Amino acid sequence: MSLNQQTQVSARGKKSFEVIVIRDRCKECSLCIELCPPKILERENSYNKFGYRPTRVTDNLKCVGCRICEYACPEFAIFVKEVKP
Amino acid sequence: MMEKGKVLYVTGNEAVVEGAIAAGCRFYAGYPITPSSEIAEEMSKRLPAVGGMYVQGEDELASINMIVGASMAGAKAMTATSGPGYSLMQEGIGLAVATETPVVIVDVMRAGPSTGIASKAWQGDLMQARFGSHSDYEIIALYASSVQEAFDLTVEAFNLAETYMSPVVLLSDGVLARMRERLYVKGRDELVIVNRKKPMESPENYLPYKRGDDYIPTIANFGDGYAVLKDSLTHDERGYYYERPDIQAKFVLGVTEKIRRNASKIYRWQEEYTEDAEVLFVASGVMGRIASVMVREAREEGKKWGVFRPISIWPFPEDALRRAARNASRVITIEMSVGKLIYPVKWTLRDGQEVSVLPWLSYEAPSPDDLLNLLEVKA
Amino acid sequence: MEITVQHPLERYIRSEKMPTTWCPGCGIGTVVQSFLKAIDELGLDPKDLVMISGIGCTGRVPHYLKFDGAHVLHGRAIPVALGVKLANPKLKVVVWGGDGDIASIGGNHLIHAARRNADLTVIMINNFIYGLTGGQVAPTTPKETVTYTSPYNPDSKPFDVVKLVAAAGATYVARWSTAYPVLLKESIKKALNHRGFSFIEVISQCPEIFGRINGFKEPYDLYLKIKKVGQIRRGISPFEAKYDWNEEISLGEFVNREEPTYLEQLEEIKKKARGEKA
Repeated sequence: MSLNQQTQVSARGKKSFEVIVIRDRCKECSLCIELCPPKILERENSYNKFGYRPTRVTDNLKCVGCRICEYACPEFAIFVKEVKP
Repeated sequence: MMEKGKVLYVTGNEAVVEGAIAAGCRFYAGYPITPSSEIAEEMSKRLPAVGGMYVQGEDELASINMIVGASMAGAKAMTATSGPGYSLMQEGIGLAVATETPVVIVDVMRAGPSTGIASKAWQGDLMQARFGSHSDYEIIALYASSVQEAFDLTVEAFNLAETYMSPVVLLSDGVLARMRERLYVKGRDELVIVNRKKPMESPENYLPYKRGDDYIPTIANFGDGYAVLKDSLTHDERGYYYERPDIQAKFVLGVTEKIRRNASKIYRWQEEYTEDAEVLFVASGVMGRIASVMVREAREEGKKWGVFRPISIWPFPEDALRRAARNASRVITIEMSVGKLIYPVKWTLRDGQEVSVLPWLSYEAPSPDDLLNLLEVKA
Repeated sequence: MEITVQHPLERYIRSEKMPTTWCPGCGIGTVVQSFLKAIDELGLDPKDLVMISGIGCTGRVPHYLKFDGAHVLHGRAIPVALGVKLANPKLKVVVWGGDGDIASIGGNHLIHAARRNADLTVIMINNFIYGLTGGQVAPTTPKETVTYTSPYNPDSKPFDVVKLVAAAGATYVARWSTAYPVLLKESIKKALNHRGFSFIEVISQCPEIFGRINGFKEPYDLYLKIKKVGQIRRGISPFEAKYDWNEEISLGEFVNREEPTYLEQLEEIKKKARGEKA
């Protein structure tokens, strides 16, 4: 069994998630980055349309689907989608 | 609702209530203030009986804003107040102007400035009726001089408000408020009632503040499914705020031209003996009636006097006044104040007439002879 | 702004107006999201919703929501909203305002709406400051902090608006913070279905202004302070609630009872006027 598969199973049973960032809405407030429990969010190095460096996801497989990022974001710029395996 | 008319013997304040109910007003929010309180009292009795709602606001600010809200959701709404309350309502009137929401505001004028003398008439608010709120706008203000006119003009006020999607001020005064006269309450069949237009387009194509050829927008009510945004900020045709000079220009032109371009349909006035008048008297409301009698009596003595009574103080009937004053060498406004009508009269007349004000500085309405005596003194 | 990806709540948003004018990290958007999730989960018909707001940062909320709405005068959202509701009782009317708009200039309307048990939901986002105008002191600003018109700390103690509204007779009073958006969402659901007047205060971060002049460098720093100071309490009365920047700002549901609403009372009056038995 590969490491990736092990991680997938440990995250909320058989569910897996994808974190989607709407780049041009992000204002770099970093709340999502700070609050994410598995710490899979970080700031990109490139700029969006408005001069902010948006959030990016480092590893969707580690996402536990808590949606803390989604709930915290004041700009509707990040949300979590459940991915059918 | 009456099919046929009926005859009543009522006060000016009561006539306003009859007019409002006949016009379809079903929401009243007001605050007690002399000499308008009887309008609130009568509305609190009559409105619930016809399925309407009476709310006593916690202050005039609540009252004006409540009627704007009720109108935004489709109701015909009215408030009544006097000078001090009218001053408080100015920001709310600006809100009605900016969002283009029809409401009727009755100002039963009383002696001022400030608290003044609550139960006594004065004609000091005529300029405030037009310029009381800040920045650029136009407004319609009608001034009644009889109990019948108080009824008729209240119906007119609602019709004009619905037509022009604008606040309309109905002016009255402490004399008319408590004066009792015969009133013919028109039956439903005899009344012309105007209701605001409804949008025809689908919500996707709808622009709430897009003006028609008559310069008037068709604004949906809340609850009609248009997700309409009504904003006190400067806005474009979608109702959206943007900080752009062209949108500001279009916005102020919109709310002013809407009234100006249609002014000829809004002007109301009455004139007597103006074809050959050498001295023209201009007076409104209660003073207009007395001036009429004075001029009639003067004509019997051979004096070539005429009288012009503006009923729409705003927009002021400029062309009609110019015509009425064409043969006059003197034009005198007779006012129960230091002079307010004098301003639009002076602005309007540029043909060389000598224009002055005859201020009647008492709240006891004069007899025609009183006015003649004052004229002689001032001459 | 063209977007190819749709947020799950996109159908409630005026996408062409995004991104918002709110500062990075401002808590208002978080509250709005909890609200949208609440109405989405309740399955409310968007055509029945009306958003009325006053002036201030929170006042911009109706700009971004695809419902009927009005952005009216400073402090006057509550009477406008009441007029809307009375003219068309089937609408669900929600008032959005900041602490200055609702509890300062709008204070009189707030207490009377509570007294009347007016059929409205008022969401007051308390960021302890007048944000939009650049950072002036508000009646909710804690004495330990500074603002641009209280450089020597405020001259008076702040309101605990929860106590004020409860004393005025409100029948649903709650306070949450942006640190508990799920609890906020659940409370909003209750408030929207509540019989009569419901009031929710949400303490929120204003990172650019309040945060910056009080030494909170990043939005997350002020967020942590709000998370720490907001303590959830169950079963206490509004008058036991604390409003202390150093110790505790009590969160939770403080009042939840049923009483005749303003509309119901007006219907009674209609019956009496028509001579019917009450």
